[in-house]
Amino acid sequence: MNDAMLEVVHGRHNALIDPSLQVWGWEIPVYLFLGGLAAGVLILPALMELLSGAKARSMALRLAPWLSAALLSLGMCALFLDLSFKLHVYRFYLAFEATSPMSWGSWILLLVYPVAILLGLGGLTEGERARLLASAGRVRLTSLLMCLLGRADALRRPLLWAGVVVGAGLGIYTGILLGAMAARPQWNSAILGPLFLTSGMSTGAALLLLLGLDEHERHAVVRWDVGAIVAELVLIGVLLVGFATGDRTSQHAFWHLTSGPWAAPFWSLVVVTGLGVPLALEAVEIRRRLPLAMLTPVLVLIGGLSLRVVLMLSGQASSFREFP
Amino acid sequence: MSGQIEPSRGGSRSGESFLLKPVAYASALGREKRYAMVVDTRLCVACKACVLACKGENAVPDGYSRDWLVEEVRGWFPHLSAENRSERCNHCAKPPCVAACPTGASHVEDGGAVLVTHDKCTGCKACIASCPYDSRYPHPDGYVDKCTFCLHRVQAGKQPACVEVCPTFCLHFGNLNDPESEVSRLLRGRKSKVLHPETGCEPNVFFLT
Repeated sequence: MNDAMLEVVHGRHNALIDPSLQVWGWEIPVYLFLGGLAAGVLILPALMELLSGAKARSMALRLAPWLSAALLSLGMCALFLDLSFKLHVYRFYLAFEATSPMSWGSWILLLVYPVAILLGLGGLTEGERARLLASAGRVRLTSLLMCLLGRADALRRPLLWAGVVVGAGLGIYTGILLGAMAARPQWNSAILGPLFLTSGMSTGAALLLLLGLDEHERHAVVRWDVGAIVAELVLIGVLLVGFATGDRTSQHAFWHLTSGPWAAPFWSLVVVTGLGVPLALEAVEIRRRLPLAMLTPVLVLIGGLSLRVVLMLSGQASSFREFP
Repeated sequence: MSGQIEPSRGGSRSGESFLLKPVAYASALGREKRYAMVVDTRLCVACKACVLACKGENAVPDGYSRDWLVEEVRGWFPHLSAENRSERCNHCAKPPCVAACPTGASHVEDGGAVLVTHDKCTGCKACIASCPYDSRYPHPDGYVDKCTFCLHRVQAGKQPACVEVCPTFCLHFGNLNDPESEVSRLLRGRKSKVLHPETGCEPNVFFLT
Protein backbone atom coordinates (compact mmCIF):
# COMPACT_ATOMS: atom_id res chain seq x y z
CA MET A 1 0.00 0.00 0.00
CA ASN A 2 2.80 2.36 0.87
CA ASP A 3 4.18 1.90 -2.64
CA ALA A 4 0.89 2.88 -4.23
CA MET A 5 1.80 6.53 -4.59
CA LEU A 6 4.65 8.69 -3.51
CA GLU A 7 4.75 12.45 -3.76
CA VAL A 8 7.89 14.26 -2.66
CA VAL A 9 7.93 18.02 -2.23
CA HIS A 10 11.53 19.19 -1.98
CA GLY A 11 11.96 22.54 -0.30
CA ARG A 12 15.53 23.20 -1.40
CA HIS A 13 16.23 25.36 -4.44
CA ASN A 14 19.97 25.99 -4.35
CA ALA A 15 21.29 27.40 -7.62
CA LEU A 16 23.36 24.90 -9.65
CA ILE A 17 22.32 22.12 -7.24
CA ASP A 18 18.55 21.84 -7.72
CA PRO A 19 16.63 20.33 -9.40
CA SER A 20 19.70 18.47 -10.63
CA LEU A 21 23.41 19.14 -10.30
CA GLN A 22 24.89 21.60 -12.82
CA VAL A 23 28.03 22.70 -11.01
CA TRP A 24 30.36 21.60 -13.81
CA GLY A 25 29.81 23.28 -17.17
CA TRP A 26 31.56 23.00 -20.55
CA GLU A 27 35.01 23.48 -19.00
CA ILE A 28 35.26 20.02 -17.42
CA PRO A 29 34.38 17.83 -20.46
CA VAL A 30 36.67 20.01 -22.60
CA TYR A 31 39.47 19.55 -20.05
CA LEU A 32 38.86 15.79 -19.87
CA PHE A 33 38.94 15.62 -23.68
CA LEU A 34 42.14 17.66 -23.99
CA GLY A 35 43.75 15.73 -21.13
CA GLY A 36 42.97 12.41 -22.85
CA LEU A 37 44.20 13.84 -26.16
CA ALA A 38 47.45 14.99 -24.53
CA ALA A 39 47.90 11.52 -23.03
CA GLY A 40 47.34 9.81 -26.38
CA VAL A 41 49.68 12.16 -28.23
CA LEU A 42 52.37 11.51 -25.60
CA ILE A 43 51.96 7.72 -25.39
CA LEU A 44 51.56 6.75 -29.03
CA PRO A 45 54.81 8.15 -30.53
CA ALA A 46 56.73 6.94 -27.46
CA LEU A 47 55.37 3.41 -27.84
CA MET A 48 56.06 3.40 -31.59
CA GLU A 49 59.68 4.43 -31.02
CA LEU A 50 60.13 1.88 -28.23
CA LEU A 51 58.75 -0.91 -30.39
CA SER A 52 60.53 0.02 -33.63
CA GLY A 53 63.75 1.25 -32.06
CA ALA A 54 63.92 4.10 -34.59
CA LYS A 55 63.13 7.75 -34.14
CA ALA A 56 60.08 9.17 -35.90
CA ARG A 57 60.55 10.58 -39.38
CA SER A 58 57.55 12.84 -39.77
CA MET A 59 57.47 16.25 -38.13
CA ALA A 60 54.11 15.48 -36.47
CA LEU A 61 55.49 12.50 -34.57
CA ARG A 62 58.80 14.18 -33.71
CA LEU A 63 57.09 17.22 -32.27
CA ALA A 64 54.20 15.28 -30.67
CA PRO A 65 55.49 15.76 -27.06
CA TRP A 66 55.38 19.57 -27.57
CA LEU A 67 51.85 19.22 -28.91
CA SER A 68 50.95 17.13 -25.85
CA ALA A 69 52.20 19.84 -23.48
CA ALA A 70 50.34 22.52 -25.45
CA LEU A 71 47.07 20.55 -25.40
CA LEU A 72 47.43 19.96 -21.67
CA SER A 73 48.05 23.66 -21.07
CA LEU A 74 44.89 24.45 -23.00
CA GLY A 75 43.01 21.91 -20.90
CA MET A 76 44.40 23.39 -17.69
CA CYS A 77 43.14 26.80 -18.83
CA ALA A 78 39.65 25.30 -19.10
CA LEU A 79 40.09 23.76 -15.65
CA PHE A 80 41.18 27.12 -14.25
CA LEU A 81 38.10 28.79 -15.74
CA ASP A 82 35.93 26.28 -13.88
CA LEU A 83 37.33 27.14 -10.44
CA SER A 84 34.98 29.42 -8.56
CA PHE A 85 37.80 30.59 -6.24
CA LYS A 86 40.47 31.21 -8.89
CA LEU A 87 42.88 33.07 -6.60
CA HIS A 88 43.22 29.90 -4.54
CA VAL A 89 44.43 27.75 -7.46
CA TYR A 90 47.87 27.46 -5.80
CA ARG A 91 46.23 25.49 -2.98
CA PHE A 92 46.31 22.38 -5.22
CA TYR A 93 50.10 22.38 -4.85
CA LEU A 94 50.28 22.95 -1.11
CA ALA A 95 48.71 19.57 -0.37
CA PHE A 96 48.64 16.00 -1.53
CA GLU A 97 45.45 14.21 -0.58
CA ALA A 98 45.82 10.50 -1.32
CA THR A 99 42.06 9.86 -1.30
CA SER A 100 41.32 12.61 -3.82
CA PRO A 101 41.65 11.73 -7.54
CA MET A 102 41.74 15.47 -8.26
CA SER A 103 44.80 15.85 -6.04
CA TRP A 104 46.53 12.96 -7.83
CA GLY A 105 45.61 14.57 -11.13
CA SER A 106 46.99 17.98 -10.26
CA TRP A 107 50.37 16.43 -9.41
CA ILE A 108 50.33 14.14 -12.49
CA LEU A 109 49.75 17.25 -14.64
CA LEU A 110 52.99 18.69 -13.27
CA LEU A 111 54.89 15.48 -14.07
CA VAL A 112 53.81 15.56 -17.72
CA TYR A 113 55.64 18.80 -18.51
CA PRO A 114 59.29 17.83 -17.78
CA VAL A 115 58.82 14.44 -19.48
CA ALA A 116 57.17 16.02 -22.54
CA ILE A 117 59.81 18.77 -22.81
CA LEU A 118 62.74 16.34 -22.60
CA LEU A 119 61.08 13.96 -25.08
CA GLY A 120 60.40 16.90 -27.37
CA LEU A 121 64.02 18.12 -27.19
CA GLY A 122 65.28 14.61 -27.92
CA GLY A 123 63.11 14.47 -31.05
CA LEU A 124 64.55 17.65 -32.62
CA THR A 125 66.71 17.40 -35.76
CA GLU A 126 70.22 18.87 -35.88
CA GLY A 127 68.96 21.89 -37.81
CA GLU A 128 66.18 22.53 -35.32
CA ARG A 129 68.62 22.21 -32.42
CA ALA A 130 70.98 24.72 -34.00
CA ARG A 131 68.16 27.23 -34.46
CA LEU A 132 66.93 26.65 -30.89
CA LEU A 133 70.47 27.08 -29.50
CA ALA A 134 70.85 30.32 -31.41
CA SER A 135 67.59 31.60 -29.92
CA ALA A 136 68.63 30.44 -26.45
CA GLY A 137 71.94 32.26 -26.87
CA ARG A 138 70.13 35.55 -27.17
CA VAL A 139 68.65 35.08 -23.67
CA ARG A 140 71.84 33.48 -22.27
CA LEU A 141 70.31 30.05 -21.79
CA THR A 142 72.68 28.15 -24.10
CA SER A 143 74.38 26.13 -21.36
CA LEU A 144 71.06 25.12 -19.80
CA LEU A 145 69.69 24.07 -23.20
CA MET A 146 72.90 22.16 -24.02
CA CYS A 147 72.59 20.35 -20.72
CA LEU A 148 68.91 19.49 -21.34
CA LEU A 149 69.63 18.30 -24.90
CA GLY A 150 72.43 16.10 -23.57
CA ARG A 151 70.16 14.58 -20.95
CA ALA A 152 67.32 14.16 -23.45
CA ASP A 153 69.60 12.13 -25.75
CA ALA A 154 71.34 10.13 -23.04
CA LEU A 155 68.12 9.18 -21.28
CA ARG A 156 66.03 8.73 -24.42
CA ARG A 157 64.80 5.21 -23.64
CA PRO A 158 63.91 5.79 -19.94
CA LEU A 159 62.21 9.02 -21.01
CA LEU A 160 60.13 7.15 -23.59
CA TRP A 161 58.98 4.76 -20.87
CA ALA A 162 58.32 7.70 -18.57
CA GLY A 163 56.17 9.23 -21.33
CA VAL A 164 54.13 6.03 -21.57
CA VAL A 165 53.69 5.76 -17.78
CA VAL A 166 52.91 9.42 -17.13
CA GLY A 167 50.61 9.54 -20.18
CA ALA A 168 48.76 6.43 -18.98
CA GLY A 169 48.43 7.99 -15.52
CA LEU A 170 47.02 11.16 -17.07
CA GLY A 171 44.57 9.27 -19.28
CA ILE A 172 43.33 6.95 -16.52
CA TYR A 173 43.02 9.68 -13.90
CA THR A 174 40.61 11.70 -16.06
CA GLY A 175 38.24 8.71 -15.89
CA ILE A 176 38.82 7.88 -12.23
CA LEU A 177 38.06 11.51 -11.37
CA LEU A 178 34.44 10.79 -12.29
CA GLY A 179 34.37 7.05 -11.62
CA ALA A 180 35.31 7.43 -7.96
CA MET A 181 32.12 9.35 -7.14
CA ALA A 182 29.62 6.95 -5.60
CA ALA A 183 27.16 9.84 -5.29
CA ARG A 184 26.64 9.83 -9.08
CA PRO A 185 25.51 6.35 -10.18
CA GLN A 186 26.16 7.26 -13.82
CA TRP A 187 29.87 7.75 -13.12
CA ASN A 188 30.45 5.23 -10.39
CA SER A 189 32.33 2.58 -12.40
CA ALA A 190 35.99 1.58 -12.39
CA ILE A 191 35.67 1.07 -16.16
CA LEU A 192 35.71 4.83 -16.71
CA GLY A 193 39.49 4.99 -16.08
CA PRO A 194 40.54 2.53 -18.83
CA LEU A 195 37.70 3.78 -21.07
CA PHE A 196 38.97 7.37 -20.98
CA LEU A 197 42.55 6.16 -21.50
CA THR A 198 41.67 4.15 -24.63
CA SER A 199 39.53 7.02 -25.88
CA GLY A 200 42.51 9.33 -25.33
CA MET A 201 44.75 6.93 -27.27
CA SER A 202 42.22 6.85 -30.11
CA THR A 203 41.72 10.62 -30.28
CA GLY A 204 45.51 11.12 -29.98
CA ALA A 205 46.03 8.82 -32.98
CA ALA A 206 43.32 10.71 -34.88
CA LEU A 207 44.97 14.07 -34.25
CA LEU A 208 48.37 12.76 -35.40
CA LEU A 209 46.75 11.38 -38.57
CA LEU A 210 45.23 14.80 -39.27
CA LEU A 211 48.62 16.50 -38.89
CA GLY A 212 50.19 14.32 -41.56
CA LEU A 213 52.46 11.30 -41.16
CA ASP A 214 54.61 9.45 -43.65
CA GLU A 215 53.22 6.32 -45.32
CA HIS A 216 54.76 3.79 -42.94
CA GLU A 217 53.84 5.73 -39.79
CA ARG A 218 50.31 6.31 -41.04
CA HIS A 219 49.69 2.59 -41.48
CA ALA A 220 50.99 1.92 -37.97
CA VAL A 221 48.90 4.68 -36.37
CA VAL A 222 45.73 3.57 -38.20
CA ARG A 223 46.27 0.04 -36.86
CA TRP A 224 46.78 1.44 -33.36
CA ASP A 225 43.57 3.39 -33.74
CA VAL A 226 41.61 0.32 -34.85
CA GLY A 227 42.85 -1.50 -31.74
CA ALA A 228 41.93 1.45 -29.49
CA ILE A 229 38.44 1.76 -31.00
CA VAL A 230 37.77 -1.97 -30.59
CA ALA A 231 39.00 -1.80 -26.98
CA GLU A 232 36.79 1.24 -26.38
CA LEU A 233 33.72 -0.55 -27.75
CA VAL A 234 34.44 -3.55 -25.52
CA LEU A 235 34.87 -1.28 -22.47
CA ILE A 236 31.61 0.56 -23.23
CA GLY A 237 29.92 -2.86 -23.45
CA VAL A 238 31.40 -3.89 -20.08
CA LEU A 239 30.36 -0.53 -18.57
CA LEU A 240 26.76 -1.09 -19.69
CA VAL A 241 26.75 -4.70 -18.44
CA GLY A 242 28.00 -3.44 -15.07
CA PHE A 243 25.19 -0.88 -14.91
CA ALA A 244 22.51 -3.33 -16.09
CA THR A 245 23.44 -5.94 -13.48
CA GLY A 246 23.98 -3.53 -10.57
CA ASP A 247 21.61 -2.19 -7.91
CA ARG A 248 18.61 0.00 -8.75
CA THR A 249 20.71 3.16 -9.07
CA SER A 250 23.01 1.41 -11.56
CA GLN A 251 20.04 0.03 -13.47
CA HIS A 252 18.71 3.58 -13.68
CA ALA A 253 22.09 4.67 -15.07
CA PHE A 254 21.81 1.90 -17.68
CA TRP A 255 18.35 3.13 -18.66
CA HIS A 256 19.60 6.75 -18.76
CA LEU A 257 22.21 5.89 -21.39
CA THR A 258 20.53 3.19 -23.43
CA SER A 259 16.93 4.29 -23.81
CA GLY A 260 16.43 7.28 -21.51
CA PRO A 261 17.08 11.00 -21.98
CA TRP A 262 20.77 10.55 -22.91
CA ALA A 263 20.28 7.63 -25.30
CA ALA A 264 20.06 9.72 -28.49
CA PRO A 265 23.40 11.58 -28.12
CA PHE A 266 25.07 8.47 -26.64
CA TRP A 267 24.18 6.11 -29.47
CA SER A 268 24.34 8.62 -32.33
CA LEU A 269 27.39 10.72 -31.41
CA VAL A 270 29.50 8.43 -29.21
CA VAL A 271 28.86 4.89 -30.48
CA VAL A 272 27.93 5.32 -34.16
CA THR A 273 29.65 8.57 -35.23
CA GLY A 274 32.66 8.36 -32.93
CA LEU A 275 33.37 4.63 -32.94
CA GLY A 276 31.31 2.53 -35.39
CA VAL A 277 31.73 4.57 -38.57
CA PRO A 278 35.48 5.33 -38.05
CA LEU A 279 36.13 1.65 -37.29
CA ALA A 280 34.37 0.59 -40.49
CA LEU A 281 36.21 3.23 -42.55
CA GLU A 282 39.62 2.31 -41.12
CA ALA A 283 38.96 -1.41 -41.64
CA VAL A 284 38.15 -0.76 -45.30
CA GLU A 285 41.20 1.48 -45.68
CA ILE A 286 43.50 -1.19 -44.26
CA ARG A 287 41.98 -4.06 -46.25
CA ARG A 288 41.76 -2.21 -49.58
CA ARG A 289 44.98 -0.21 -49.04
CA LEU A 290 43.07 2.98 -49.75
CA PRO A 291 44.42 6.44 -48.93
CA LEU A 292 43.14 7.67 -45.57
CA ALA A 293 40.00 9.80 -45.65
CA MET A 294 40.37 12.91 -43.49
CA LEU A 295 36.80 12.33 -42.36
CA THR A 296 37.81 9.32 -40.22
CA PRO A 297 40.02 11.10 -37.65
CA VAL A 298 37.58 14.03 -37.51
CA LEU A 299 34.79 11.61 -36.56
CA VAL A 300 37.03 10.01 -33.90
CA LEU A 301 37.72 13.43 -32.36
CA ILE A 302 33.99 14.31 -32.40
CA GLY A 303 33.27 10.96 -30.71
CA GLY A 304 35.92 11.52 -28.02
CA LEU A 305 34.55 14.93 -27.09
CA SER A 306 30.97 13.62 -27.22
CA LEU A 307 31.83 10.77 -24.82
CA ARG A 308 33.00 13.27 -22.19
CA VAL A 309 30.12 15.69 -22.74
CA VAL A 310 27.43 12.99 -22.60
CA LEU A 311 28.92 11.31 -19.51
CA MET A 312 29.48 14.65 -17.76
CA LEU A 313 25.92 15.89 -18.32
CA SER A 314 24.18 12.56 -17.68
CA GLY A 315 26.32 11.89 -14.61
CA GLN A 316 25.44 15.19 -13.00
CA ALA A 317 21.77 14.49 -13.67
CA SER A 318 21.99 11.12 -11.90
CA SER A 319 21.53 11.24 -8.16
CA PHE A 320 20.26 9.31 -5.16
CA ARG A 321 17.48 11.89 -5.00
CA GLU A 322 15.78 9.95 -7.79
CA PHE A 323 15.27 7.11 -5.29
CA PRO A 324 13.41 8.52 -2.25
CA MET B 1 30.95 35.91 13.32
CA SER B 2 27.86 35.06 11.27
CA GLY B 3 28.25 31.36 11.64
CA GLN B 4 31.61 30.92 9.94
CA ILE B 5 33.71 28.52 11.98
CA GLU B 6 37.36 29.54 11.90
CA PRO B 7 39.12 26.20 12.24
CA SER B 8 42.55 26.05 13.78
CA ARG B 9 45.37 26.26 11.26
CA GLY B 10 47.72 23.65 12.63
CA GLY B 11 48.16 20.27 11.05
CA SER B 12 46.85 18.42 14.03
CA ARG B 13 43.33 18.00 12.77
CA SER B 14 42.74 14.50 11.58
CA GLY B 15 41.20 15.47 8.25
CA GLU B 16 44.21 17.51 7.15
CA SER B 17 46.79 14.78 6.79
CA PHE B 18 46.26 12.25 4.04
CA LEU B 19 48.03 9.57 6.06
CA LEU B 20 45.70 10.13 8.99
CA LYS B 21 42.51 10.58 6.97
CA PRO B 22 41.38 6.91 7.02
CA VAL B 23 42.28 6.81 10.69
CA ALA B 24 40.12 9.88 11.21
CA TYR B 25 37.08 8.14 9.78
CA ALA B 26 37.73 4.93 11.69
CA SER B 27 38.22 6.72 14.96
CA ALA B 28 35.20 9.00 14.61
CA LEU B 29 33.18 6.66 16.82
CA GLY B 30 35.91 6.57 19.42
CA ARG B 31 36.12 10.35 19.77
CA GLU B 32 35.29 12.06 22.97
CA LYS B 33 32.28 13.60 21.25
CA ARG B 34 30.20 12.45 18.33
CA TYR B 35 27.73 15.14 17.45
CA ALA B 36 24.44 14.04 15.94
CA MET B 37 21.07 15.52 15.14
CA VAL B 38 17.79 13.71 15.65
CA VAL B 39 14.69 14.86 13.74
CA ASP B 40 11.30 13.70 14.98
CA THR B 41 9.32 13.39 11.75
CA ARG B 42 6.11 12.90 13.75
CA LEU B 43 6.41 16.34 15.32
CA CYS B 44 7.75 18.32 12.35
CA VAL B 45 5.07 20.44 10.68
CA ALA B 46 7.37 21.77 7.92
CA CYS B 47 7.01 25.37 9.15
CA LYS B 48 10.54 26.19 7.85
CA ALA B 49 11.50 28.10 10.99
CA CYS B 50 14.74 26.06 11.00
CA VAL B 51 15.54 27.24 7.46
CA LEU B 52 15.02 30.91 8.36
CA ALA B 53 16.94 30.62 11.62
CA CYS B 54 19.90 29.11 9.76
CA LYS B 55 19.85 31.78 7.07
CA GLY B 56 19.91 34.51 9.71
CA GLU B 57 22.47 32.91 11.99
CA ASN B 58 24.90 31.92 9.24
CA ALA B 59 24.29 34.77 6.78
CA VAL B 60 23.35 32.28 4.07
CA PRO B 61 23.15 34.22 0.77
CA ASP B 62 19.91 34.72 -1.13
CA GLY B 63 18.99 31.79 -3.32
CA TYR B 64 20.68 29.21 -1.12
CA SER B 65 19.94 27.30 2.05
CA ARG B 66 22.01 25.08 4.32
CA ASP B 67 18.93 23.24 5.61
CA TRP B 68 15.60 22.57 3.95
CA LEU B 69 12.28 20.75 4.26
CA VAL B 70 11.21 17.62 2.44
CA GLU B 71 7.57 16.53 2.57
CA GLU B 72 6.75 12.97 1.51
CA VAL B 73 3.19 11.70 1.05
CA ARG B 74 2.53 8.01 0.44
CA GLY B 75 -0.57 5.90 -0.24
CA TRP B 76 -3.97 6.51 -1.87
CA PHE B 77 -6.56 8.98 -0.62
CA PRO B 78 -7.93 8.71 2.03
CA HIS B 79 -5.30 6.20 3.20
CA LEU B 80 -2.36 8.57 3.23
CA SER B 81 0.71 8.90 5.38
CA ALA B 82 2.93 11.95 5.42
CA GLU B 83 6.46 12.50 6.62
CA ASN B 84 8.07 15.91 7.11
CA ARG B 85 11.83 16.04 7.34
CA SER B 86 14.08 18.94 8.18
CA GLU B 87 17.26 17.98 6.26
CA ARG B 88 20.82 19.29 6.19
CA CYS B 89 24.36 17.97 5.75
CA ASN B 90 24.49 14.55 7.40
CA HIS B 91 28.00 15.11 8.81
CA CYS B 92 28.80 11.55 7.77
CA ALA B 93 31.25 9.40 9.71
CA LYS B 94 32.74 8.42 6.32
CA PRO B 95 32.37 11.67 4.38
CA PRO B 96 33.02 11.25 0.62
CA CYS B 97 33.32 15.04 0.31
CA VAL B 98 36.38 15.03 2.59
CA ALA B 99 37.91 12.16 0.61
CA ALA B 100 37.32 13.99 -2.70
CA CYS B 101 38.74 17.35 -1.60
CA PRO B 102 42.13 17.92 -3.28
CA THR B 103 43.36 20.61 -0.89
CA GLY B 104 42.22 19.44 2.55
CA ALA B 105 39.73 22.33 2.78
CA SER B 106 36.94 19.86 3.58
CA HIS B 107 37.81 18.23 6.86
CA VAL B 108 36.42 16.49 9.91
CA GLU B 109 36.27 18.88 12.86
CA ASP B 110 36.09 17.95 16.54
CA GLY B 111 32.93 16.04 17.33
CA GLY B 112 32.78 14.63 13.79
CA ALA B 113 31.33 17.77 12.19
CA VAL B 114 32.34 18.10 8.53
CA LEU B 115 33.50 21.64 7.73
CA VAL B 116 35.11 23.63 4.92
CA THR B 117 38.12 25.89 5.55
CA HIS B 118 37.29 28.79 3.22
CA ASP B 119 40.94 29.84 2.87
CA LYS B 120 41.89 26.46 1.46
CA CYS B 121 38.91 26.00 -0.89
CA THR B 122 39.58 26.44 -4.63
CA GLY B 123 35.95 26.08 -5.67
CA CYS B 124 36.73 22.99 -7.73
CA LYS B 125 33.36 21.58 -6.66
CA ALA B 126 34.58 17.96 -6.39
CA CYS B 127 33.03 17.81 -2.90
CA ILE B 128 29.67 18.97 -4.24
CA ALA B 129 29.66 16.28 -6.93
CA SER B 130 30.72 13.59 -4.45
CA CYS B 131 27.98 14.32 -1.87
CA PRO B 132 25.10 11.84 -2.32
CA TYR B 133 22.78 14.22 -0.45
CA ASP B 134 23.64 17.33 -2.50
CA SER B 135 24.06 19.16 0.80
CA ARG B 136 26.71 21.59 -0.37
CA TYR B 137 26.50 24.60 -2.65
CA PRO B 138 28.95 27.02 -4.28
CA HIS B 139 28.86 30.25 -2.23
CA PRO B 140 28.78 33.42 -4.39
CA ASP B 141 32.11 34.41 -2.77
CA GLY B 142 33.78 31.41 -4.45
CA TYR B 143 34.18 28.81 -1.73
CA VAL B 144 31.91 25.83 -1.10
CA ASP B 145 29.49 26.25 1.80
CA LYS B 146 27.41 23.89 3.92
CA CYS B 147 25.84 23.25 7.34
CA THR B 148 28.38 23.43 10.17
CA PHE B 149 26.10 22.02 12.87
CA CYS B 150 26.44 25.65 14.12
CA LEU B 151 29.67 24.58 15.78
CA HIS B 152 30.41 28.19 16.74
CA ARG B 153 27.25 28.11 18.89
CA VAL B 154 27.83 24.57 20.14
CA GLN B 155 31.35 25.43 21.29
CA ALA B 156 29.83 28.36 23.21
CA GLY B 157 27.48 25.97 25.00
CA LYS B 158 24.42 26.76 22.87
CA GLN B 159 22.26 24.66 20.59
CA PRO B 160 22.41 25.00 16.76
CA ALA B 161 20.17 27.85 15.53
CA CYS B 162 17.69 25.50 13.84
CA VAL B 163 17.27 23.46 17.03
CA GLU B 164 16.91 26.59 19.13
CA VAL B 165 13.96 28.00 17.17
CA CYS B 166 12.01 24.82 16.36
CA PRO B 167 8.48 25.52 17.69
CA THR B 168 7.47 21.84 17.85
CA PHE B 169 10.73 20.69 19.48
CA CYS B 170 11.23 18.12 16.75
CA LEU B 171 14.95 18.88 16.38
CA HIS B 172 17.45 17.52 18.90
CA PHE B 173 21.22 17.93 18.93
CA GLY B 174 23.80 16.31 21.16
CA ASN B 175 26.64 13.91 21.73
CA LEU B 176 25.96 10.31 20.73
CA ASN B 177 28.97 9.09 22.70
CA ASP B 178 27.21 10.18 25.88
CA PRO B 179 24.61 7.48 26.63
CA GLU B 180 22.63 9.92 28.80
CA SER B 181 22.35 12.63 26.13
CA GLU B 182 18.92 13.41 24.72
CA VAL B 183 19.88 12.17 21.25
CA SER B 184 21.17 8.87 22.63
CA ARG B 185 18.01 8.32 24.65
CA LEU B 186 15.76 9.18 21.70
CA LEU B 187 17.59 6.78 19.39
CA ARG B 188 17.45 4.02 22.00
CA GLY B 189 13.73 4.44 22.60
CA ARG B 190 12.35 5.12 19.12
CA LYS B 191 12.64 3.61 15.66
CA SER B 192 14.88 5.71 13.48
CA LYS B 193 16.41 5.82 10.03
CA VAL B 194 19.14 7.64 8.14
CA LEU B 195 18.88 8.80 4.53
CA HIS B 196 20.26 6.45 1.89
CA PRO B 197 22.21 4.10 4.16
CA GLU B 198 23.26 2.23 0.99
CA THR B 199 25.80 4.98 0.28
CA GLY B 200 27.90 3.68 3.18
CA CYS B 201 28.60 7.21 4.39
CA GLU B 202 27.21 6.53 7.89
CA PRO B 203 25.22 9.76 8.38
CA ASN B 204 24.94 11.42 11.79
CA VAL B 205 21.52 12.95 11.16
CA PHE B 206 18.78 10.54 12.24
CA PHE B 207 15.06 10.64 11.59
CA LEU B 208 12.59 9.25 14.13
CA THR B 209 9.78 7.52 12.26
